[in-house]
Amino acid sequence: MSAALLRFERVGYSYPGADRPALSDVSFELHPGEFCLLAGLSGSGKSSLLGAACGLVPHFHGGRFAGRVELAGLDTREHRPAELGTLAGALFQDPETQLVTSSVRAELSLALESRGGAGAAVARGVEEVALALGIDALLDRSTHELSGGEKQRVALGAALAGSPRLLLLDEPTSQLDPVAGDELIGLLRRLNQEWEMTIVLAEHRLERCLNAADRVIALDGGRIACDGAPRDFLRWAGEHRPALQTPGAKLFSLAGLEPAPVGVRQARAELRAHGLLPGGGAGPHLSEPAAPGPVASASPATSAPRSAARRAWPWPKRGEAPAALDLREVWHELREGPAILRGASLRLAAGETVALMGRNGAGKSTLLRHAAGLLEPTRGRVERAGRVALLLQNPGDYFVRERVVEEASRQALAAAGLEALAARHPRDLSGGERQRLALAIVTDGEPPAVLALDEPTRGMDRGAKAGLADELRARAAAGQAVIVATHDPEFAASCARRAVLLADGRVIADGPVEELLAGGWYFATETARILGGAGGALLPEQGAELLRRDSAVEAVLS
Amino acid sequence: MGSSSFFYRRLPSPLHATRAGIGAVWAIALTSAALILYQPLILCAMLLAVLGAGAGAGVGHPLLRALRTALIVAVPIVLVNVLVDRDGLTVFARVGDLGPFGQGDLTVEAVVYGSVIGLKVALLILVTTLAGLAVDPDELLRLFRRFSFRSALTATIATRMIPLLAADAQRLAEAQRTRPGGAPGGARARVALLSAVVGGSLDRAMDVAATLEVRGFAAMRRDRRGVRERGGGGSLRRPLSRHDLAFGASAAAVLALALAGRLTGAARFDAYPQIAMPLHLGTLVLGVGLCLAILLPFADRRGIER
Repeated sequence: MSAALLRFERVGYSYPGADRPALSDVSFELHPGEFCLLAGLSGSGKSSLLGAACGLVPHFHGGRFAGRVELAGLDTREHRPAELGTLAGALFQDPETQLVTSSVRAELSLALESRGGAGAAVARGVEEVALALGIDALLDRSTHELSGGEKQRVALGAALAGSPRLLLLDEPTSQLDPVAGDELIGLLRRLNQEWEMTIVLAEHRLERCLNAADRVIALDGGRIACDGAPRDFLRWAGEHRPALQTPGAKLFSLAGLEPAPVGVRQARAELRAHGLLPGGGAGPHLSEPAAPGPVASASPATSAPRSAARRAWPWPKRGEAPAALDLREVWHELREGPAILRGASLRLAAGETVALMGRNGAGKSTLLRHAAGLLEPTRGRVERAGRVALLLQNPGDYFVRERVVEEASRQALAAAGLEALAARHPRDLSGGERQRLALAIVTDGEPPAVLALDEPTRGMDRGAKAGLADELRARAAAGQAVIVATHDPEFAASCARRAVLLADGRVIADGPVEELLAGGWYFATETARILGGAGGALLPEQGAELLRRDSAVEAVLS
Repeated sequence: MGSSSFFYRRLPSPLHATRAGIGAVWAIALTSAALILYQPLILCAMLLAVLGAGAGAGVGHPLLRALRTALIVAVPIVLVNVLVDRDGLTVFARVGDLGPFGQGDLTVEAVVYGSVIGLKVALLILVTTLAGLAVDPDELLRLFRRFSFRSALTATIATRMIPLLAADAQRLAEAQRTRPGGAPGGARARVALLSAVVGGSLDRAMDVAATLEVRGFAAMRRDRRGVRERGGGGSLRRPLSRHDLAFGASAAAVLALALAGRLTGAARFDAYPQIAMPLHLGTLVLGVGLCLAILLPFADRRGIER
């Protein structure tokens, strides 16, 4: 076996002032060409491990560091991140802070120039990395003008520009839509397979990237809890950390099937081998509706799915229940730019939960801002039955006071389970607590008629997402209309009954989630992709019920 | 959205096509001329020429907005000068005892001189804004790095922090608007919002600095000698373009004209004790010459698309 590219030896690390270590006794070796996935709940130490691998820990963050990290034989205690940067490229979560120049070309040049590349070599390197990532058309664009997905690609290009041997990525898909996320994972796979680049990828949505990985390291409380092939990891997760199971693995586990599948293709092959999928066709022979679950009973207002071609007239029909929110042919046209919304119409009834989906730049955030009255339509109308509470993407943006108790009323804090943290500084809260506090702030006082949430699950682990989905369902049960813009089909399926797909500022599909999220490639849950959309099963529980039922039918028939 | 129009964006214009070093020298020449000259008519001509240059560079609208800001700055300068200045002889109003400012004899000379200073400040703001919008800051920082690593590092972080903090402030303000009852008003709420932006700026600066660190920015300091030996430094040796030559010549002409105007008396202006502003052919030639020197480089629009 080749010499290790990255070696951790009994590494321990605590951030300055922290009362518990972020990493404890972490030891492993990574060899050239490996694609390693870092799994773990929020706060398990994934980002700290990545920081230690590129030398930011401890050189940049300070704190107490023990053990030894070697990158290509260089001890990170003796070499600064800038020196290690020729060996390791890093891409972190927030693309905003990873772009340090004002143009894309300058951004890609910086790493090469910093390493003393000659002019011609810099120009060639920039051109090559731009072509490899498909961002050549962006080269002369200003970094201020790029979308979130474009920024993430440019930041990845900057990390790759120096041709590092190791690429470290911290949740790079958290801000990307499913299409861009899949493209990014495909690109990483290509870099790994064609150029033998060693990759360490920390990610919450493991189903996106598990089948690209050779190895998974699961962290728990800063320690390595599992280190093995994806299949071994899934077995371990099933026994010890169900919150880390992929939906496909959970589906198999609930249906009593083994082994847990690493991806959709493997899952379908296994099901076929068990006689639960027909041989050649994409569609399964399971066709009855899924068992009732949180998504199975669409509200009367949304029981008929509508495509763009058959989109209903946005004005209410006679006898239809009054809307909590009614957007009628809303246009949002920039004075010196394109139209962001092009006649978008959407009607929400009280107690309805709607998932708003679509690619980055489709107009989801703009539509929610119109719903909340932050923007005025250039054409069209918005009618609200009451207050629309809007939770924006970054919960930290709500915190302007020194203590939690100053941000929201005691009642709101109690309802959010944050009373015990009233004296803390809002920025000292964990990710999930910050989200709850922000939600408490926007829903404080009189309950809103509509609750709108813009990408609330960014960077959340599965447990936190499940908690939020419960909260949203409870609010809907209490009569609030809930609309949530999300890129996460699993989350959409778990909290919403209706899904609306937005593209180019228009509503292109609108219907029950079990119809909209069951049949697609990108905007579909993993369970739906495994079962080919059979019975509208979106979540592992529904899929397992369907499989069990079908197994029973098979048994009777045979 | 609005804030992004105040940052550099590559546009098809002769000034954008000029290398950053020469663009910066041109802007310095214009600001120097504005500082050297006091003749209000010449300054007004220069102001119009700079606005014309902004239109030629495709940044006319943001420059007009900058002019509005400049006027907001200029008006208090005039008012304060009128109130505190006692050197003029032509009194147009007596407002009695002004306490610490003494007798309130308001003079025409103080108004005119205050206006000249306001005009100079407006010109400085406009030229700086034009340079900020049309001169590539990355190329400038690259030049800077050759001379002073630390200053370049600070400048790089600062340059990136401006749009980041502008975006942060916009997002925070928007989030406050979504609170029940809308954004809290009053000075206390504004201070809280400002302190949140400033508080967040430290984290932002750390993140940007971490990115620069892993991109090897700090390694450049150690390797700088090696870089030069390898003929590196990042920039390709480009021949001077027609626009480089045009703006270089324009900068030289503007400086020469300004100095000539000052030395020959063509731009003579004395505000005190009474206004003395002789107008003759030399003044006209100087004004027209400055306008032409500023605007002519924008006439050649060949080779401006990249």
